[in-house]
Amino acid sequence: MAIAREAEPVGSLTEVREAGLDREDLLGIYRNMLITRGVEERGHILYRQGKIPGSFYTGRGNEAASNGVATAMGPDDVGTPLHRDMGVHITRGVEPWKIFAQYMGKQDGPTHGRDGNVHMADAQLGMIAMVSHLPAMLPVAVGCALAFRIREERRVAVAWFGEGASARGDTHEGMTLAGTRKLPVVFVCDNNQWAYSTPTHLEFATEHVADRAQTYGFEGVVIDGTDVLAVYREAKRAIEKARSGGGPTLLECLTLRMEGHAVHDDAFYVPKVMFERWAEKDPIERYRTWLRENVGMTDDDEDEITTGVKKLLNDSLQRAEESPMPDPADLTKGVYATPEDLDTPHHK
Amino acid sequence: MAELTYLQAISDGLRTEMRRNDKVFLIGEDVGVYGGAFKVSLGFQEEFGPWRVIDAPLAETAILGACTGAAMMGMRPVAEMQFADFVSCAWDHLVTVAAKQRWRAGTAVPFVLRLPSGGGFSGGPFHSQNPESSFAHIPGLKCVCPATPEDAKGLLISAIEDPNPVLFFEHKHLYRRIKAEVPEERYTTPIGKARIHKEGDDLTVVTWGAMVYTAEEAAQQLDGDGVSVEIVDLRTVMPWDKAAVLESVRKTSKLLVLHEDTHTGGFGAEIVASVAEEAFEDLDAPIRRITAPDCPVPFSPPLEKAYIPQVEDVVKGLRALAEY
Repeated sequence: MAIAREAEPVGSLTEVREAGLDREDLLGIYRNMLITRGVEERGHILYRQGKIPGSFYTGRGNEAASNGVATAMGPDDVGTPLHRDMGVHITRGVEPWKIFAQYMGKQDGPTHGRDGNVHMADAQLGMIAMVSHLPAMLPVAVGCALAFRIREERRVAVAWFGEGASARGDTHEGMTLAGTRKLPVVFVCDNNQWAYSTPTHLEFATEHVADRAQTYGFEGVVIDGTDVLAVYREAKRAIEKARSGGGPTLLECLTLRMEGHAVHDDAFYVPKVMFERWAEKDPIERYRTWLRENVGMTDDDEDEITTGVKKLLNDSLQRAEESPMPDPADLTKGVYATPEDLDTPHHK
Repeated sequence: MAELTYLQAISDGLRTEMRRNDKVFLIGEDVGVYGGAFKVSLGFQEEFGPWRVIDAPLAETAILGACTGAAMMGMRPVAEMQFADFVSCAWDHLVTVAAKQRWRAGTAVPFVLRLPSGGGFSGGPFHSQNPESSFAHIPGLKCVCPATPEDAKGLLISAIEDPNPVLFFEHKHLYRRIKAEVPEERYTTPIGKARIHKEGDDLTVVTWGAMVYTAEEAAQQLDGDGVSVEIVDLRTVMPWDKAAVLESVRKTSKLLVLHEDTHTGGFGAEIVASVAEEAFEDLDAPIRRITAPDCPVPFSPPLEKAYIPQVEDVVKGLRALAEY
């Protein structure tokens, strides 16, 4: 039996305005979603060209969830986005050329070739770089929230995880600490229904991951993760609740991982009909239709956006290609921090 | 100068930093109302309040993950594991996130993890371990193992100032047994600098933590034989003061490495290998190691006595080395 609240879809422009978005914001979200998908589509091309070492991971199908939550965050809020959450990096202003450079292991990627794919973050933009041990970042986000609470700052941390990661102890420990101390953190579960090849019923025995929230002393909400406006509205509510001392919320964004776990995986284990059904709910197409029907997005508006995105991605690719490979002479530099490393806005 | 126990010196160092810098906070199990399992933070919650002396749930990964997050957001967290043994529960966080974040993502993670470690009082396999070598092996972590009250205070303050994750191994068997003069004012003891605990000319013992006192007692017996032993207290095992060790070995030409941790892959092995690489021709005898055997820490007193290196073991080792 479900315990979590099921989020209502956002229907009208009035509801969206009540949630604090104007026309420009709405078109901006659309543009960010296109960039998000575009970066990953270009990544696929780079991979096939042999320009990306190792494997390649995308979040196709998760664009509404990642962009929706990130749009609801404030400028001083922080987050720990994962490998299906490219939209968070894009919404918070990471330049795509740096992402391409990261993919290719180049010097100008955020990790300068030291780590790969989406294991990156710009701390100046309020993000903390993920590790492969996926729920490991939940306690870290809780720690950010703890710092905000100790200093009585009105800031919020957003912690991402997947339904697979929900099986691990870090998730439980992080939510326990956050719940007992009522910390300003929002947990976002990207439930894309497949943890590599493992379906949800082998990861958790409740109907929803969000059903667990009650046992930690906060609210759980299940959201259609293909509906960017519904995601935005619930994320906004949860973030503002946390900001005003109301404690954590667990948001579960239900989507389908529209590709394999990574590029090497053809996802043969996912029923074909499941892909077909979810393709009909493609988050970008769905939002595009809504914009045309509710905000009067015209062909001209669309052309302007898509042309701009295309140019951005082309220019970004070129700039990333021009970036040098990292110098092996620097390999062991920076294993230990120096006092100068603390001279950042976020460490102060 | 006041005479403080090793434990009081740790409290004093922590209190000094918490009074001086409101970014410093303590988090751990039972550290608040109860004052910590060993009472290091007794009275702290009354002075600093419940948001700077935080009683955490029994969740070591959450405690250390929270330290990393808070550290990145400008705080200077100090975490206490109730016993060093329980750090195993948070090994993943330390090694996967905290140790690598600076190198791969450019984000410094300044926190201190206090680890009451070591045996000698029938704590058994899960309340007696010395896991410093496991962490010294992980690039990105620092490991501090003070032996004296003065170093305990000075190194704790240095650890809190340090921009890295620092593991502070405080030896439980020293907590109330060792007492010495400690400066009342704030001071730092540099991380990575050994201390000559006792000067000598004939043999070098390199050790740290509680074994410094075992070495001292053994060295006193050798004095009676007319053999002068130099004791190098490493103070920190990562980084470790290789130069000080080489200097002493070049003077005495005979080396015994002593530690309470188990033998194979213990940090002593690293010291021995480095001396063999860099001072082979200065040696007049094969290097000796005295350590715990390769087995878990036992509970029953005769077993534990057989496990932890004793003064007589060290005396025997030093005499054999002197006679070589």
